[in-house]
Amino acid sequence: MYQIIDKEQYSEKVFKFRIHAPQMAKKAQAGQFLMVRVDETGERVPFTFADWNREEGWIEFIFMVIGKTTTLLSQLNVGDCIKDVTGPLGQPTEMGSGRWTVIGGGVGLAIAYPVARELCRRGAEVSVIMGARTKDLLILTDQFRELPLKGLYITTDDGSEGEKGVVTQPLDRLCADGAVDHVFAVGPVPMMKFSALTCEKHNVPITASLNPIMVDGTGMCGCCRVEVGGKTKFACVDGPDFDATQVDWNDLAARQATYRTQEAEAMEHLHEEEDCPCHRK
Amino acid sequence: MPQEVTAGAAAPKKYRPNIGAPRTPANEEPAAERARDFRPVDTGYTKADAVAEANRCLDCKKPLCMEGCPVGVHIPRFLEQIRDEDWAGALETVKGDNLLPSVCGRVCPQENQCEGKCVLGRKGEPVAIGQLERFVGDMAPEVGKAPACKPKNGKKVAVVGSGPSGIACAGELAREGFDVTVFEAFFTGGGVLTYGIPEFRLPKDIVKREIDGLEQLGVHFEYNAVVGQLYSPEDFFDEMGFDALYLAVGAGLPRFLNVPGENLPGVYTANEFLTRSNLMHAYEFPAYDTPIRHGKSVVVFGGGNVAMDAARTALRLGADKVTLAYRRTEAEMPARRAEIHHAKEEGVEFLELVAPIEFTAGEDGFVNAIRLQQCELGEPDDSGRRRPVPIEGAEIEIPCDVAITAIGTKANPFATTASGVEANKWGYIDTDEDGRTSDPRVWAGGDIVTGAATVILAMGAGKKAAASIKKTLLAEE
Repeated sequence: MYQIIDKEQYSEKVFKFRIHAPQMAKKAQAGQFLMVRVDETGERVPFTFADWNREEGWIEFIFMVIGKTTTLLSQLNVGDCIKDVTGPLGQPTEMGSGRWTVIGGGVGLAIAYPVARELCRRGAEVSVIMGARTKDLLILTDQFRELPLKGLYITTDDGSEGEKGVVTQPLDRLCADGAVDHVFAVGPVPMMKFSALTCEKHNVPITASLNPIMVDGTGMCGCCRVEVGGKTKFACVDGPDFDATQVDWNDLAARQATYRTQEAEAMEHLHEEEDCPCHRK
Repeated sequence: MPQEVTAGAAAPKKYRPNIGAPRTPANEEPAAERARDFRPVDTGYTKADAVAEANRCLDCKKPLCMEGCPVGVHIPRFLEQIRDEDWAGALETVKGDNLLPSVCGRVCPQENQCEGKCVLGRKGEPVAIGQLERFVGDMAPEVGKAPACKPKNGKKVAVVGSGPSGIACAGELAREGFDVTVFEAFFTGGGVLTYGIPEFRLPKDIVKREIDGLEQLGVHFEYNAVVGQLYSPEDFFDEMGFDALYLAVGAGLPRFLNVPGENLPGVYTANEFLTRSNLMHAYEFPAYDTPIRHGKSVVVFGGGNVAMDAARTALRLGADKVTLAYRRTEAEMPARRAEIHHAKEEGVEFLELVAPIEFTAGEDGFVNAIRLQQCELGEPDDSGRRRPVPIEGAEIEIPCDVAITAIGTKANPFATTASGVEANKWGYIDTDEDGRTSDPRVWAGGDIVTGAATVILAMGAGKKAAASIKKTLLAEE
């Protein structure tokens, strides 16, 4: 069992958990992930490390309530335990110095934040582009603002905050100005795909952190396979970071949608359980 | 009077085999019923069945059955004990060589091992040694005694992986007085016995019983421990003070057909399909959270046990039609005969001599068909089996909404590179006969050394390594 020692709520649907896990804290690196199984009947869901402390023996991850697992997680509180937490998994994000632009879209902002923070710590010059459909879906804005960034750009599809439009608009300008040596992008597939196209146009290298569905997370099942440069790669062990210009995005998007019906069914099942008095805790 | 009793007991017991008796049939659930749920296919022999079957044994002077057993289980002796209804004795005999009789009795390819050598099999049906082994193993909760452990010898051994090889090694060492910790990447133990083999063929409470047995011997289990990521080899030796390490990480990386469309949603590796169903209980969705696609028309590609397991799981998830496509013919299929028989009985349709060309997608983006090249048997290849040769222009297309590839596995580099021991060019770990690697502190065994093989070979390797570890560590004293 893995105890929650701190819980922070960033917005209606976004939380950060701090988990007591001394050995994992010793080994975690930026860009790696962990897998959570909430309870005995839970599924295994990957989350990227948001932070860790080797001396104090904890790790943190940020999540947004979307499906059943994240709903159940959000209902846990300090002192409660998560049944299983496995990690660190995957390869760490390759970070260098120089001028970086970190792009986060939607829930991806939860992964973009620790990467941007780590780059700042390592002395890189970092700009951040935050994107979301609408103002309410922008998360961690205050946390990003606290970082020593070169620039912070916000775009929303409906213009309710920042620039109206998508992340590729500021990205295109930054690249055109020659102000970027490397881009890191994480978010919905279309966002990553078009960021890759923009970077390709300007000949700027771009890494994307992929988020396919996973089961074991150790290279055994192949559920998270993705085509990169014409070769089948496993996001769990070869990634999750890949050269974004080489990723077959359509393939990834199709695979991500595999269980859409069942995901809805699981939520319905959860609500039924919650509505039923015998299940109420 | 007392004298007479003594004389009677000393007289050699006359055993007359029941020559000509037919093989005692397995107690199988009706195919049409069992193919719709996950209950065990075969409920096993009753005591009466077991005695009747043991009475068929010719008690050969030179028991060939034992030669056929990879770990040399003393088959004639345990069969004799069954005849004497000495269940505890029979269990002890089997367990002396095979720590997992309930498992091996169910999953060993007996037709290539003990039963394949049985003299009775030359003209008729061999003794059902697998069924008898399973019967004896399943008696454990009733008659088994906790084996005595030697006093602690102060040496610590880490076992990586809790599959059959790790279980065997841990069990042997614990009995010898070693302090053993098993590190398992998943949240529960058993390795392939848990994630790979379905409930209807190997009930999970049997696996649990074996793990519980190890815990009773004092073996510690650390779950969610992905070795290499969470612990480095140096952590084991320097920080945690282990004296030896046994690597039994299996060979779990799936092979791909490498044909177009293989990454379409709805196309699974058998590893994923079975892990979802077995380990994550996806067949009980939504009571369990892990989903699985319930195909109406399913194609499985492969001819081994894993292919049979996947096909039969698909049936149980409600498929109307399951086709098992294989590039050679049924005679060349590596699956156990019993699995082939069960699969057919349950309604899996076999399609021989076909090679996949591509998977195609429907409008919804999911796989909707597999295109296959029809073949015929040509000249024998290096393995001595006749090679399938494409028949020009002969292609067929089978509609499907789920496709599963079950064409074998290879070493998972993630598990080996993490261990600190160098893998060979195929990704496996080289060892000597006792499981020693190039690092004098590290032993390895099971599929990560041999490539995908059987439960019993993996278990045998664990046992051998345990003996070698014992010899090495205790000699240091």
